[in-house]
Amino acid sequence: MTVETAEVRDAPRAKSAATKIRRAQQDPAWLRWSLTGLAVAVVGVLIVLPVANVFAGALAEGAAVYWKNLVDDPDTRHAIGLTLTVVPIAVTANVVFGVAAAWAIARFSFPGRTLLTALIDLPFSVSPVVAGLMFVLIFGLQGYFGAFLRRDGYAIMPYLVAALLVLLLAVAYFVFRPSHPRARRGLWKTPPLGLAFVFATVFVLLVLGQQAFEVWPANKSLKIIFATPGLVLATAFVTFPFVARELIPVMNAIGADEELAALSLGANGWQMFWHVTVPNVKWGLVYGIILCNARAMGEFGAVYVVSGHIAGETDTMPLRIEKLFQEYNMPGSFAVASVLTLLAILTLVVKRKLEDRIPQSEQGRRTGAHP
Amino acid sequence: MSIRIQGVSKNFGSFRALDEVSLDVPSGSLLALLGPSGSGKTTLLRIIAGLEVADRGTVLHHDENITDYEARDRKVGFVFQHYALFRHMTIAENIGYGLRVRGVSKQERQTRVDELLKLIRLEGLGSRYPAQLSGGQRQRVALARALAARPNVLLLDEPFGALDAKVRTELRQWLRKLHEEIQVTSVFVTHDQEEAFEVADHVVIMNEGRIEQVGTPAEVFERPANAFVMDFLGNVNVFHGRVERGRAVVSGLSVAYPDYQHPEGRDAAVYVRPHELEVEPTPTEAGSLAAKVLHVNPTGSRTKVELRALDSNQLINVELTPERFAELGLKSGDIVHVSPRRVRVFVPDYEI
Repeated sequence: MTVETAEVRDAPRAKSAATKIRRAQQDPAWLRWSLTGLAVAVVGVLIVLPVANVFAGALAEGAAVYWKNLVDDPDTRHAIGLTLTVVPIAVTANVVFGVAAAWAIARFSFPGRTLLTALIDLPFSVSPVVAGLMFVLIFGLQGYFGAFLRRDGYAIMPYLVAALLVLLLAVAYFVFRPSHPRARRGLWKTPPLGLAFVFATVFVLLVLGQQAFEVWPANKSLKIIFATPGLVLATAFVTFPFVARELIPVMNAIGADEELAALSLGANGWQMFWHVTVPNVKWGLVYGIILCNARAMGEFGAVYVVSGHIAGETDTMPLRIEKLFQEYNMPGSFAVASVLTLLAILTLVVKRKLEDRIPQSEQGRRTGAHP
Repeated sequence: MSIRIQGVSKNFGSFRALDEVSLDVPSGSLLALLGPSGSGKTTLLRIIAGLEVADRGTVLHHDENITDYEARDRKVGFVFQHYALFRHMTIAENIGYGLRVRGVSKQERQTRVDELLKLIRLEGLGSRYPAQLSGGQRQRVALARALAARPNVLLLDEPFGALDAKVRTELRQWLRKLHEEIQVTSVFVTHDQEEAFEVADHVVIMNEGRIEQVGTPAEVFERPANAFVMDFLGNVNVFHGRVERGRAVVSGLSVAYPDYQHPEGRDAAVYVRPHELEVEPTPTEAGSLAAKVLHVNPTGSRTKVELRALDSNQLINVELTPERFAELGLKSGDIVHVSPRRVRVFVPDYEI
């Protein structure tokens, strides 16, 4: 009983002490208000106003004109389509390479690992214009491979495609082959020399097939610069670090134990990857893809150099905006800009929504690994 | 299923983790790999599991050479120090994973998972996630997951290392009982000698990538093969003296040591466990060391007395039964006479 009353008596005192502490930690009102005001003003003037202006400019002559600007101009239509083609290819390539690079760096130690880690960051530090120029110097008509590709681009295509398919076949063979020597029956028992022979035969057959059926048109040379492949290359180069950089810290933090556990429980590499690795790095991967996607859509510098601005052929959305702007077509320019801005805002919203969801699993991760 | 390891070596860069290790694990036994950190015990366990590849040597399971088998083909259950439960899977999915990747039907899987949940006394928690369990519960789930596919061998890497003392003791007894029930050949790694003695039927003591001694807990404790084992297994007093003509001499005290009959004296280390020292108020006929009582700790089942030898200033730890302690009535500053009931002498090997 006495203890209880003492507590009750103490309660108000404790409360007032807490208020005092809070007051002591707080800055004076004028400082708080001026700092908040400054932050709001800067955000308003530098971010909110210009973004709002984009939409205002786009809709200045009414919604009908806005719609017409977007849909009726064939070059604009093509630009939107081209961006929606180039970006998914570049992002997909970066996801594949990013996961592979992050895996290699986080799970293995090999000579040149530090160098690889540094090289992944290179696209961030190199100016996009320089990146574009690099590709022009390599694949352009005056570049190392340009003349060759122009002349013989058609001739090497069958070999390239065949080599790629054989590589995929080989990877599939080793992924699906039973690891236990005794479980290998029939085709799985092929000795290495026999395997090499099979792969060589497939390669030759594919090349002969191309020559007989002309899957790749005979008169079409392989064009990279001033064409879609160049746009994809430039975009992929500039946005390469996003996925890998998101994944490496996540993979390092999680460690290899769960993957080893899966292997010791009887999973093969493929199962381990899909059952354990991917779910564990899921959020990092999604985050990397979102950032990569946002950056790829807005890419201007590198794409500017390799595209050659052929309207209706190699103009992506950012390039189209610039061109319309240079032609004093403000409503048209703003209309395309508004679409790009909308896509960016959408990306932000998705990212925000995901961040709300991550803490639960993140919590699980932290307590799960080291209680 | 028995395990036989023959001449296994492993280097990490210039660090020699395992040096020509050979070991037999009899079928159905529960064996502890005991040693200080860096002694190679975890590396050896991982090589048995196939999670690490030996540079040289072979691993046999029941006369089948599995050196080149991948981890998934070895039929081992591995329990990781930090459990390594799949954090995005429920407890039931975790336990059933080994069956799932082996293509066992869903129904059969369910039956086995329920059976194991019952074994680890976590019925009804199958739909929880690992983060929602306590450390001890997670450790049991990790064990159930390793056992689900009925492995030939169960390997545990410091299974109780990350748990608090009380849970650890409970789990030790539980593991011991579990092993009696399922009789699967088990190897576990620990750096805690008490844990090794309490749980295992055989103890392997490792140091610097080599095996120092193999035996039952009683054998290695009572007859340590060398100074390292003696020193590693519990408290010990080390006296530096000489051996000569079948006797060991330490600061005027002489004890029989029939293993060394050579007339030429050699330096030797004499080891005496604290409970094998006798304390008397007066000098004994057989010879004793005069010492001063520094500190007395009467808590616990044995009273620990810290002494300092008068002539050599060496610290001596003695453990007495409470009855003997009461009889002597020791307090700090008393002068007593200490004589060993039993000593072990290790003469350093001849260096060639």
